[in-house]
Amino acid sequence: MSRITKEQVKHVANLARLEMDEAEVEKFTTQLDDIISMAEQLNELDTENVEPTTHVLDLKNVLREDKAQPWLSREEALKNAPDHANGQVKVPSIFE
Amino acid sequence: MFDKSISELHSLLHKKELSVSEIVQSSFDRINTVDEKVKAFMTLNEEGAMQAAKALDGKLGTEEARGLLFGLPVGVKDNIVTKGLRTTASSQLLGNFEPLHNATVVERLNAAETITVGKLNMDEFAMGSSNENSGFYGTRNPWNTDYVPGGSSGGSAASVAAGEVFFSLGSDTGGSIRQPAAFCGVVGLKPTYGLVSRFGLIAFASSLDQIGPITNTVEDNAYLLQSIAGHDKMDSTSANVDVPDYLSSLTGDVKGLRIAVPKEYLAEGVDEDVKNNVLQALKKLEELGASWEEVSLPHSKYAVATYYLLSSSEASANLARFDGVRYGVRAEAENLLDLYKKTRSEGFGDEVKRRIMLGTFALSSGYYDAYYKKAQKVRTLIKNDFEKVFEDYDVIIGPTTPTPAFKVGEKIDNPLTMYANDILTIPVNLAGVPAISVPCGLSNGLPVGLQIIGKHFDERTVYRVAHAFEQATDHHKAKPEL
Repeated sequence: MSRITKEQVKHVANLARLEMDEAEVEKFTTQLDDIISMAEQLNELDTENVEPTTHVLDLKNVLREDKAQPWLSREEALKNAPDHANGQVKVPSIFE
Repeated sequence: MFDKSISELHSLLHKKELSVSEIVQSSFDRINTVDEKVKAFMTLNEEGAMQAAKALDGKLGTEEARGLLFGLPVGVKDNIVTKGLRTTASSQLLGNFEPLHNATVVERLNAAETITVGKLNMDEFAMGSSNENSGFYGTRNPWNTDYVPGGSSGGSAASVAAGEVFFSLGSDTGGSIRQPAAFCGVVGLKPTYGLVSRFGLIAFASSLDQIGPITNTVEDNAYLLQSIAGHDKMDSTSANVDVPDYLSSLTGDVKGLRIAVPKEYLAEGVDEDVKNNVLQALKKLEELGASWEEVSLPHSKYAVATYYLLSSSEASANLARFDGVRYGVRAEAENLLDLYKKTRSEGFGDEVKRRIMLGTFALSSGYYDAYYKKAQKVRTLIKNDFEKVFEDYDVIIGPTTPTPAFKVGEKIDNPLTMYANDILTIPVNLAGVPAISVPCGLSNGLPVGLQIIGKHFDERTVYRVAHAFEQATDHHKAKPEL
């Protein structure tokens, strides 16, 4: 039985901000289904009383003083922006 | 010249029998001769490097030239940012990206006065095991250019094996330093998670990523780690631990050392030649006074599934920043949502999309507990396996990969076969422990790697064992003919 449907792939693609044509949807449906089938192998294990790993080392919260440090200038920060105007990054319209 | 070690080069520079300019020029000469075939480099820094070399030549013979890495050329994986030097992570999406700052490891190499000759090709965003996922072109294995160099640090390993540089930096999320080091017959270390700063490493899976050195010998590897390891306040996951002296661990003495050999690492699926090479290596270590016993890491077979769920989930979040707004190649679009979608769809290759899709799915509403959280729990079991074995043993030894390098095109159409190749390296990242791959022989003319795994922050023992084995054998002296 297929675990992943084409509709799910389209939904996830939208969440991930990816565009796909029908052929790609088809391909990713099959491939994700294969990968998820492999992942379900984990269900063989009883993990009821197992703590999830959130960090491999015993690190405690790492905090620093909330103080501004010199970093990039505005001009530098905009250097790699594909488009900018008036010292700000420019993008196409957000609303119709 | 490229069979010279760091200490030999240092001594030649010190005696002024060689200048920095000559060494760096010879690196570019070699690149110009062989890189057409190997394709290890993404971007060359010829002008900048030659200028820097000239400046360093002025310091030769002075106190300032005393550092061991002084004036030596280095290659840097293309997911480590270098100020003003194009950094693409081998993605079309970052084809025009010139970073505004250096990664901490690059700053530390600069402080040691190495010279960055260029950026090294890789699988796009470090996702892959063959370099075939580079958004530009695949690197080839210097031992036989019909074969892959491994990945994702394929360029980093191939450049050292091909004699283009003496050493390089790679990054390892599920084996990306060790597997290409094994395939290319060089030495590659994945340090303990947190030992080396990841500030300026383009993030793939932040709970697993680690930068490490790729070199010709274990000694060179220790020199390089010595200069890049240590706490960095710019990386809150970097561990605040003292960096020990790695060089003094290279004693050649492994008497009384207790080695664990997981039966899962020599099981079905591991090539006979690979297995025999590893058994020979264990025999050699026994002759040197170590002892080994078979143990079990019972959750090994779940590592690949666990890894792909966790690393892809983290990647789906980390790669959300590549949206064409602040940097990178932006696609033409009418509105912002289309801009995101077109930029990402045109800029990312198939493997990157596949992992973003898997990760987004595993984190999406209704599936989080079944996939992501389940995988985090299994990660704990895998980590516990290691901790248990390390109660009674000093190191764990096995092959780095189940087979030697495979042919270009052989696995690229089947993601699951490709993923299975990393079955022996992935558990190490999940547990956060250090591991090295050192050459332990050839199989049909292709190198085989021996993997030595240590306890958290015990790189010294890993190096000691690797060095003792290396010095007792001639495997590291074998070089490809190009």
